[in-house]
Amino acid sequence: MKFKGGVHPQYNKATAGSPVEVLPLSDRYVVPVSQHLGAPGQPIVEKGQMVARGEPLTEPVGFVSVPVHAPTSGKVKAIKDYPHPMGLAQTAIEIIPDGEDTLYEGIRPVGDWRTMEPGALRDAIRDAGVCGMGGATFPTHVKLSPPQDKPIDAFILNGAECEPYLTSDHRVMVENPAEVMEGVGLMMRVLGVKKGYVGVESNKPDALAALRDACPADLDIDFALLETKYPQGSEKHLIYALTGRKVPAGGLPMETGCVVQNVGTAVACLHAVRDGMPMIERVVTVTGAAINRPRNLMVRVGAPLTDVLAACDGLTEDVGKVIFGGPMMGVGQFTLEVPVIKGTSGVLCLRESEVAQFEGGPCIRCGNCVDVCPMGLVPSLLGLLAERERFDELGDGHVVDCIECGSCAYVCPSHRPLVQHIRRGKAEWRKIQQKLKDKDSRVA
Amino acid sequence: MLVSTAVLAGLGLVAGLGLSLAARFFAVETDPRQEKIADMLPGANCGGCGYAGCNDFAAAVVKGDVEPDACPVSSAEVAAAIAEVMGKTVEAKTPMVALVMCQGSEDADLRKKYRYNGVASCASADLLARGDRLCNYGCLGLGDCLRACGFNAIEINDLGVAQVIPSRCTGCGQCVAACPKGIIRLVPETARIHVLCSNHDKGAAAKKACSVSCIGCKKCEKFFEGSHMKVADFLAAVDYDNPPTDLDVIGQCPTGAIVERDFTAAE
Repeated sequence: MKFKGGVHPQYNKATAGSPVEVLPLSDRYVVPVSQHLGAPGQPIVEKGQMVARGEPLTEPVGFVSVPVHAPTSGKVKAIKDYPHPMGLAQTAIEIIPDGEDTLYEGIRPVGDWRTMEPGALRDAIRDAGVCGMGGATFPTHVKLSPPQDKPIDAFILNGAECEPYLTSDHRVMVENPAEVMEGVGLMMRVLGVKKGYVGVESNKPDALAALRDACPADLDIDFALLETKYPQGSEKHLIYALTGRKVPAGGLPMETGCVVQNVGTAVACLHAVRDGMPMIERVVTVTGAAINRPRNLMVRVGAPLTDVLAACDGLTEDVGKVIFGGPMMGVGQFTLEVPVIKGTSGVLCLRESEVAQFEGGPCIRCGNCVDVCPMGLVPSLLGLLAERERFDELGDGHVVDCIECGSCAYVCPSHRPLVQHIRRGKAEWRKIQQKLKDKDSRVA
Repeated sequence: MLVSTAVLAGLGLVAGLGLSLAARFFAVETDPRQEKIADMLPGANCGGCGYAGCNDFAAAVVKGDVEPDACPVSSAEVAAAIAEVMGKTVEAKTPMVALVMCQGSEDADLRKKYRYNGVASCASADLLARGDRLCNYGCLGLGDCLRACGFNAIEINDLGVAQVIPSRCTGCGQCVAACPKGIIRLVPETARIHVLCSNHDKGAAAKKACSVSCIGCKKCEKFFEGSHMKVADFLAAVDYDNPPTDLDVIGQCPTGAIVERDFTAAE
């Protein structure tokens, strides 16, 4: 099935054929305590302490939280604020490697997932610090714990990778299909579902074929080659494309009875249970016209961006922008002093000439944004309301259903910063709702 | 001609009679004091008091929901006059004036994180890594306060920092609420010495972000031996309940974050 709207940016998947190579050890690692959506963990190591590869550095605070682990063995140099790829400086643990790369003694296989209880599997996944590797970094164990009143009957593996430039998921699927499919089986056991779907965009037929070949006979999986269209990899749209089910307005994807997980997450879950190995490395696509040697790298979490760039023969002189993630939803970096984190699917380096610097004009009511909005919203109206600070009216336009995919801003002939307007609007609208709620609770 | 004049005059008479009767029999009873108070108020409907305009405030005063001197814009004399109408007395309050707690760096263009070309609003820019300036606390200069001000009392200066024109400021506090950084404060008009910085970073980081940042060295605190000024979280602040008067403290500050402002002087 096809979802409404969406856009067709140039895909530029130049690194699709580059095998994943391992980035050599760095001489320092900076591991932020917060690399996931949710409460940051509490550090449990001290300055000067020796840690081993895979040793937990933090313990989760609350349910929606996961720990982080040491990427290699070495000494904790400092625990303080460091630049973070999401923008603001945040608490991180700096480790100076001892070069031994000794494995933490606490790492041992948790058990055979085929016979383990779902609860034990969830605990192992949380303890390994697994969160969504597509970029949103939502703690995986939370997504695998649907509430009692929301029965789940289908599991979806997200191999769409609809962001231009990125090829990290593609490489994982092509190079490691057996582990991906075993991870799928594991997560289906946790959820207790019998039916699974695998969705891959049509520009990666080799990935779909590899997964199909690697699929164990006892798994009931539908494999689908989906239209190559952004944002095909959005959870809500993937669910619709594969099952025809629609997420209700304001609702969560799980209300359709589906749970969607990224291919990298599937592998991480398998490693967490089969080997007891925490999530300390991931595949990162380093690409764009402003990097001298684009490639796919296996990078330890916490590795300095500068080392990653150096391994790709550095940036060109006319570099204009370095983005963590893809060009549509990635986060532009203002310093290269940031580490690679769990959600870093790619490092996109753009030339100055490729970076748009324009002034947004007035809305000309052409309706292009309305045509492409995959959520069926009216971005032009939401943008205008937010611009004029009429935040209380945004609720009628279902502003909270905006997935911030950027399709509207991509097609706007007037170059209006629609996503920025809508993001502000969303934040202010939530503030208003909170105020009303507080008022209600005071009255009651 | 004569007929039409007479008809028109007659119509006018009838309509006028109807209106005057309606005014008498359908009149809405209002407390005469409310009208009196409303006449004394500035009539700017700025909302600084928290009510929907001056009339609403006057009604609240008459109802006794709010003290007669709660209009932040009116002078002490007006407050006293309102109190008199209500048969109350009010203590004289020092008038307040808004002050932007940021001076801006001289080389502000160099102290940038990135090129910002998004929405021209501080609140929007603040969502992108707290804005384009190296200082995460300082004024972004995109004018959210300026647009909120009902008295044209704010301008953006050459350093790209909002500045309040004291002679126009009425202390209504709309700019305080509009600033996403929370760096505009209402200070007593009589206070002369101010720390025009909001940076809570440690000394070295603050210095890197701005040429006139407070580095939390505590020299001012020591100068007054603990009263009048306090350093908390690497930022000095004036105790506006007990403001300092000794201008020599300005020379003590190594960065120039402490400045004198005389709000009572003529423009």
